[in-house]
Amino acid sequence: MPVKRTEKTRMPAREARVRARDFQEVNRGYTTFHAAFEAERCLRCQEPICVDGCPVKIPIPDFIHAVAIGDMAGAAKILRTSNPLPAICGRVCPQEIQCESECSMVKRCESVAIGHLERFVADWERTRPLAVMAATTRKEKIAVIGAGPSGLVCAGELARLGYPVTIYEALHAPGGVLRYGIPEFRLPKAVLDWEIGVLKATGVEIVCNVIIGKTLALDELLDKHGYAAVFIGTGAGLPQFLGIPGENLNGVMSANEFLTRINLMRAYEFPEADTPVRVSKRVAVIGAGNTAMDAVRTALRMGADEASIVYRRSEKEMGARVEEYHHALEEGVKFHWLTNPLEVVGNAEGWVTGLRCQRMKLGEPDASGRARPIPIVGSELLLPVDNVILAIGTTPNPLLTRTTAGLLTNKKGCLVADEQTGQTPKARVFAGGDAVTGAATVILAAGAGKRAAQAIHDALAPRR
Amino acid sequence: MPRILETRRLTPVTKYFRIDAPLIAASAQPGQFVILRVREGGERIPITIADYDRDAGSITIVVQEVGATTKRVCALEAGEEILDVAGPLGSKVEVPPGGHVCGVGGGFGAAALLCLMRELTVRGDRTTAILGARNRDLLILVDEVRPLCRNVELCTDDGSAGFKGFVTQRLAQMIRGEGPGRPDHVIAIGPMAMMRAVAETTREAKINTLVSMDPLMVDGTGMCGGCRVTVGGRAQFACVDGPCFDAHQVDFEEAMRRNKQYAREERQAADRLACAAAGE
Ligand code: FES
Repeated sequence: MPVKRTEKTRMPAREARVRARDFQEVNRGYTTFHAAFEAERCLRCQEPICVDGCPVKIPIPDFIHAVAIGDMAGAAKILRTSNPLPAICGRVCPQEIQCESECSMVKRCESVAIGHLERFVADWERTRPLAVMAATTRKEKIAVIGAGPSGLVCAGELARLGYPVTIYEALHAPGGVLRYGIPEFRLPKAVLDWEIGVLKATGVEIVCNVIIGKTLALDELLDKHGYAAVFIGTGAGLPQFLGIPGENLNGVMSANEFLTRINLMRAYEFPEADTPVRVSKRVAVIGAGNTAMDAVRTALRMGADEASIVYRRSEKEMGARVEEYHHALEEGVKFHWLTNPLEVVGNAEGWVTGLRCQRMKLGEPDASGRARPIPIVGSELLLPVDNVILAIGTTPNPLLTRTTAGLLTNKKGCLVADEQTGQTPKARVFAGGDAVTGAATVILAAGAGKRAAQAIHDALAPRR
Repeated sequence: MPRILETRRLTPVTKYFRIDAPLIAASAQPGQFVILRVREGGERIPITIADYDRDAGSITIVVQEVGATTKRVCALEAGEEILDVAGPLGSKVEVPPGGHVCGVGGGFGAAALLCLMRELTVRGDRTTAILGARNRDLLILVDEVRPLCRNVELCTDDGSAGFKGFVTQRLAQMIRGEGPGRPDHVIAIGPMAMMRAVAETTREAKINTLVSMDPLMVDGTGMCGGCRVTVGGRAQFACVDGPCFDAHQVDFEEAMRRNKQYAREERQAADRLACAAAGE
């Protein structure tokens, strides 16, 4: 019987003052006790609508029930058959707008902490020896382009269905945004490496340093290298700039550059690691999505005295997950809401000294449905800062589409592909994740990868 | 991991490498580059592809020791492997066919002229290479470039080989009709200051000029924007849109300033490496 408690079991987190200065994970994770205590709250609805809120359709009440009765192995198995990256999704998914927002309890009290439980089960699984599940039973080879969330999940699914799969990754290490974008304190590399290890154990081959579209053409994969189908999961990695004066001053960089230097290239270990990053005393991050939160919290950990968010809309329109926002607040990040950057100001040597901004007020909703920010006349101000980090969004990288005939992109540079199957206008080529949707979430990309894997399977092994 | 097939010291600070990299050799084009990494925790550094041999499946690069990472690369010998080699990256050099093309190679920039001059000569362009260095001993790959183009002009600051003076002075003479004569297209590869001087030399004569920009890079695939260069007032990513750009449109001053962003850290890393070497 479910136990009535109105509040979620809180996620234990490290003390803000301490954690804001190191890169260790913020959340500690549930103990077995916490997990059992929280799992008891699940109502086990006859028609679990929480599952509808999950892009990969995890049978949520089933795995939670397994936790409640102490069957961790059972819970892990349920999770893994529907989500190949549970330890990652349990950490980075915006559950509050997905499964947890659909939870029947939300109407009366707090939802079940589905995300925390997912993470708990996946972490439990990581302490066990790897159970290898797949065996190659099919002869058609499949190529996956990009070892980010959608590519990893697509490859994992295809391997589970028995296909030999090779992932081609442009960088020197797999993971995509999970490696270069999301910081250690939110997603430890050990967790990512473990999940990738699971994939490799199921037979997925990962080849790094190969840029499809440059090193090899996509058509070569199909025609010369004998792949029966190709999945494109190249993400949305192209950083956008504002186009305001002073943007190329020394000390201005994209969040992608900042985070890549630190996460992928380990600049926090400089000079032991060779790639440096310059973090000054006062850092301003422009934007208020998850990437902006990652960048601003990373700046604190790299030793900034003051790290602030500059955003032209208000707290309500912010794109970041609630948890990240709260963590940032606790850690001492400052927020300049309704503040629009006009110009980066520099000194004679070309280094940033400030950010000239203008105050805004909110007007009618614009095309995006969010309130349109309107400048307030005569409200200019100068924020004294020595680093400006732009986290105003990314678009799909045009590298592959520029060099491949038969693919189509829309106005925003996103690949055209069927929403359900991921089929592109080009035969035998599928696509999914941020490359198709534009920058979205890990789990949406995972869902697209999973559906495309099924579509590839349906195409190659039609069900009679 | 790609294996080094052959190495050669060209000058005390430059080294020639032929590397087994069949996929890159098969698709490389003049003007493109590779990204190298030589150790765990190492930097990703861009190096221009000097040449490629599609049949042998090898590429050639020339590395100049300027910092810790390039020193580490130059310590490698034939038979050893390079941790990561990714490419070919960037776009190929585009020159309209049929004209007189002058490739200007300053210092180790001469290396990049190998495949470029060969391709242009083979397709029937009239080709001239101007190779410049401080003195005769620092001129590199002269014998290799010579058979690949119609004319080779050598320049040294001290006159120890060829023309006494800068590459730009010889180029100016050519523009006035001397030597191999006025070029229709100029492509300059080498130190930023030299490329800027070439841009100034050809600007008034309105000669199409390309320069191969060498900004700081991280990924080399268009992901970070660290390599952005202002060309004609617009930000361009050198690793994707370049590295070759219209010389008369490039904001060299900004590019040179941006290249020094990490000068302090680069010195620190080089000193550290030198100390480690001395301690051995
Ligand atoms: S090096 Fe990162 S975008 Fe060019």
